Amino acid sequence: MRIPCPFCGSRDAHEFSYLGDATPRRPDPAAPGAEAAFFDYVYLRDNPAGAFEEWWYHAAGCRQWLKVARDTRTHAITGAVLARDVAAPAAPTPAGGETAR
Amino acid sequence: MSPLPANRRAANRLAAGGRIDRSRTLAFSFDGRRLDGHPGDTLASALLANGVKLVGRSFKYHRPRGIVSAGPEEPNALVELRGGARREPNSRATVTELFDGLEATSQNRWPSLALDLLSVNGLLAPFLGAGFYYKTFMWPAALWEKLYEPAIRRAAGLGRAAEAADPDSYEKVNAFCDLLVIGSGPAGLMAARTAARAGARVILAEEDFLPGGRLNAEALEVDGAPGHLFAARTLAELAGLPNVRLMTRTTVFGVYDGGTYGAVEKVSDHLPEPGPFQPRQRLWRIVARRAILAAGATERPIVFGGNDRPGVMAAGAVQAYANRFGVAAARQVAVFANNDGAWRATFEARTAGLGVAAIIDVRSEVPPALLARAQALGIRAIPGGVVTATRGRTLAGIEITVGGRREQIAVDGLAVSGGWSPNLHLTCHHGGRPVWDPRLAAFVPGSTPPGLEAAGAAAGRLTLGAALRDGLEAGARAVADIGLIVHPIEPPKAEDEPAGIAAFWHVAASRGPAFVDQQNDVTAKDIALAHKEGFRSVEHLKRYTTLGMATDQGKTSNVTGLAIMAELTGAGIEATGTTIFRPPYTPVALGVFAGHHRGREFRPVRLTPTHGWAERQGAVFIETGPWLRAQYFPRPGETDWLETVNREVKAVRASVGMIDVSTFGKIDLQGPDAGAFLDRVYINTFSTLPVGKARYGVMLREDGLVMDDGTTARLGESHYVMTTTTANAAKVFQHLEFCLQVLWPELDVQMASVSEQWAQIALAGPKAREVLARIVDAGTDVSDAALPFMGVLGTTVLGGVPARLFRVSFSGELGYEIAVPARQGERLAEALMAAGAPFGITPYGIEALGVMRIEKGHVSGNELSGQTTAADLGLGRMASTRKDHIGRVMAARPGLADPARPSLVGLKPVDGAARLRAGAHLLPPGVPATTANDEGYITSVAYSPHLGHWIGLGLLARGPQRLGERVRAYDPVRGGDLEVEVCAPCFLDPKGERLRG
Repeated sequence: MRIPCPFCGSRDAHEFSYLGDATPRRPDPAAPGAEAAFFDYVYLRDNPAGAFEEWWYHAAGCRQWLKVARDTRTHAITGAVLARDVAAPAAPTPAGGETAR
Repeated sequence: MSPLPANRRAANRLAAGGRIDRSRTLAFSFDGRRLDGHPGDTLASALLANGVKLVGRSFKYHRPRGIVSAGPEEPNALVELRGGARREPNSRATVTELFDGLEATSQNRWPSLALDLLSVNGLLAPFLGAGFYYKTFMWPAALWEKLYEPAIRRAAGLGRAAEAADPDSYEKVNAFCDLLVIGSGPAGLMAARTAARAGARVILAEEDFLPGGRLNAEALEVDGAPGHLFAARTLAELAGLPNVRLMTRTTVFGVYDGGTYGAVEKVSDHLPEPGPFQPRQRLWRIVARRAILAAGATERPIVFGGNDRPGVMAAGAVQAYANRFGVAAARQVAVFANNDGAWRATFEARTAGLGVAAIIDVRSEVPPALLARAQALGIRAIPGGVVTATRGRTLAGIEITVGGRREQIAVDGLAVSGGWSPNLHLTCHHGGRPVWDPRLAAFVPGSTPPGLEAAGAAAGRLTLGAALRDGLEAGARAVADIGLIVHPIEPPKAEDEPAGIAAFWHVAASRGPAFVDQQNDVTAKDIALAHKEGFRSVEHLKRYTTLGMATDQGKTSNVTGLAIMAELTGAGIEATGTTIFRPPYTPVALGVFAGHHRGREFRPVRLTPTHGWAERQGAVFIETGPWLRAQYFPRPGETDWLETVNREVKAVRASVGMIDVSTFGKIDLQGPDAGAFLDRVYINTFSTLPVGKARYGVMLREDGLVMDDGTTARLGESHYVMTTTTANAAKVFQHLEFCLQVLWPELDVQMASVSEQWAQIALAGPKAREVLARIVDAGTDVSDAALPFMGVLGTTVLGGVPARLFRVSFSGELGYEIAVPARQGERLAEALMAAGAPFGITPYGIEALGVMRIEKGHVSGNELSGQTTAADLGLGRMASTRKDHIGRVMAARPGLADPARPSLVGLKPVDGAARLRAGAHLLPPGVPATTANDEGYITSVAYSPHLGHWIGLGLLARGPQRLGERVRAYDPVRGGDLEVEVCAPCFLDPKGERLRG
């Protein structure tokens, strides 16, 4: 399998490690019902046949986490973007916020 | 073996012709019999030239078998090659390139090929049909392993694998190209030439040692000259182009995702042994933007009684042996066919010098031109006939039936053709299903893997002119697809030879066992039995009868077998369908997949920066993950490891010792948000850590269980360096990258692994400070005031070597970790030894390290098992309640927060002399040893020289509330069962006065 790394170009999948579904978002730990939301986030995954977005880490390359679009039926990979470039809604600030700035 | 004079001609070698070098003779042996052949021969062609027809015994019935084909599809002629450690079983004689000194041996016979006592199985054939083993050896089950299976395995079989380690080496190579052309027959050559002329980077892979495919095996003309000359001319052009890589002896065996192809190159199999520094085989991983499958087609048999007698061959094989190898596969042949191509093959064989008794065609109507040509060559044509029996030990004659009348014909060869099946195997590797084409009476490729197109015979374009044109067009399409400009090329001129066919599979009225799959001894009767017993789908048929499940994967039998089933069910071939093919196309030696990864080179070994120093100190090394670390340092007179380890521990506690701890993961974190980031990944707080201080931290997985621990130091306002455990170094780094890039990309933090950059040596013991003071450069104050417990200092040592000093302790003693650039590690070790000499400094290994951490109750890999929470390990109170961190929410789940969970305790044997065993389970006293009564287990044990008895750490239900209680340590695996006392998980200096000293 070949993954088109935005930094390194088309690379063999052996250079990457796989994490899985890229759709779940880390819930707001301070929100009501956080435990149930985290349970869902940590354990529950869909297993769709077809279009899928998933996390791959270019461990033997640029060390970037990529969001890769793959068809689970054919392994056809239609694209990959840097995780940090994905327009994610700003992740919730941890409760108690001892953020330095 | 010295070759015979070159002028002696083997019995069945034709006077002229063939792509062989008659000026040179190669000597080889078969079953110890010395024979000779020529360069350009295969083992099969050389055997046939020498009149050897019987080459093996069949898998199940031990029937005598001969050579059937001239290519990779061969089901019968499997032999053992070479001897000793290089002995290779099940080698197809038809693709084994002859070399001087080749030793080949027939297999699956005893005591000899001619007299095989196990051929008695043939007499039992009526009982050994499909499903026999399943039906017969059912009961009692225990006898399977002891009796039935070994007996069956002895009787049924192929060759013997070598018993010694493979002496040869194997390589793996990556290659990239615009177009991969698989096969160098007419279509492959045209595709490669078209793409190469357009400037594409082309790899042309050919399984054979002689490229050209059917152009070498047949006598058809291209551009008015013999086809093999056209092939040679085209290959010469390709060889001269810098953008073309021609690979012979290279089989593309699999199609993988993203245009990746697996190929095996037989670098040295045609040599007695590989040359110096040469591998035997090479595994190629070829990434191609486009690929053209031009693998040709395989001739199918017709099934009739006695069709496995040595001397019965594929018609195309007889033709190939005559044209390519100058060998008469028989002196007098008959031909049995259902198609025009077999007639042409017969004419070529006749022209080459073979005697032809008759052509028997199942069709009543044969094109007049073929009949006329047969007449002109003096060949008797028998339309509307079938072969109904064969006779002879090797073939001596056939019985034919035509118009209800039987006739005997004396022949020593029978050339059979049931038509041609495109070699579409690779098109199935992504799940593509072949499609039945009734006009060709063959399956043709259905959907193909992305980027791959079949061309020529592999795509069902079975005639020469069509194959040449198809290859050209496929090549042009491929280069246009990748954006290159194709200049029009005129296809070479070649005729489209007659290729009419009438589907015909099985002579039902024939006598004697009629074999469909000769390698697995599956007969037409077995298929009828499968039909009768309800195993009618192709997948059931295959598994019930083992049709197509041998090493040839049914290349000559699958289609015929399912066609016979389709006749029985009346469903038709299209509705019956076919099984599909998986990689590999032909068998691939496992060694080539391993490549260099065997023995010590199975995976890279990482050496610590002080490895050489440790070797000189006489260290015994042990693998810990990828690392080779010093386990202990025995001294003369010490007789066992425990004696050594006890000495090392005592020396550290009494004076000073040192150990390389460079294997810990080291991660450099910088940026204004580094502190905030650490707060989110550790359960405790690091943003408040003063510069120049280190802190022990615990990080959780998001599910609330402990991931890793270690100390992290703050080197500057926005600069931290983290240590991780050796085992989790890569995992933690990847996790932190995930947190930074995916969860909180807004944090301004940069990270780098510096594990390789710093050598780190732990110095421990009451005299550690005095030793340290002797290696730091003048002006560095290492006093308790300047460098207190958990203090960090950047300085220089050994005259200007940059260093970081961390006052941390794993052993419980006054301790420092000294980090210097990795290249200075060995120098630092030597300097510490010299500086510590007055104190008797003692190098210690990871065994002593383990003893001391258990004495102190520090958790390590055995406790950080991925199943423990921070609270389980007594670290729960470290967690800050004022912030969120990874795993915080989930760690609060009732199951993880349950105070009754097994938690960390110390354990000591009530009988002070008893030895504890890690892994022993903890039970309340006086209850049965059942899972229901299980209360935990011992995680780590050590012999404490300080206390003079064994000690342990363990996880015990409600452990911290049970100090002083006695429990049972039950170890059924090693027979241990003893009483232990629960204590606090710290056996030495609970107040930590030593490390603050």
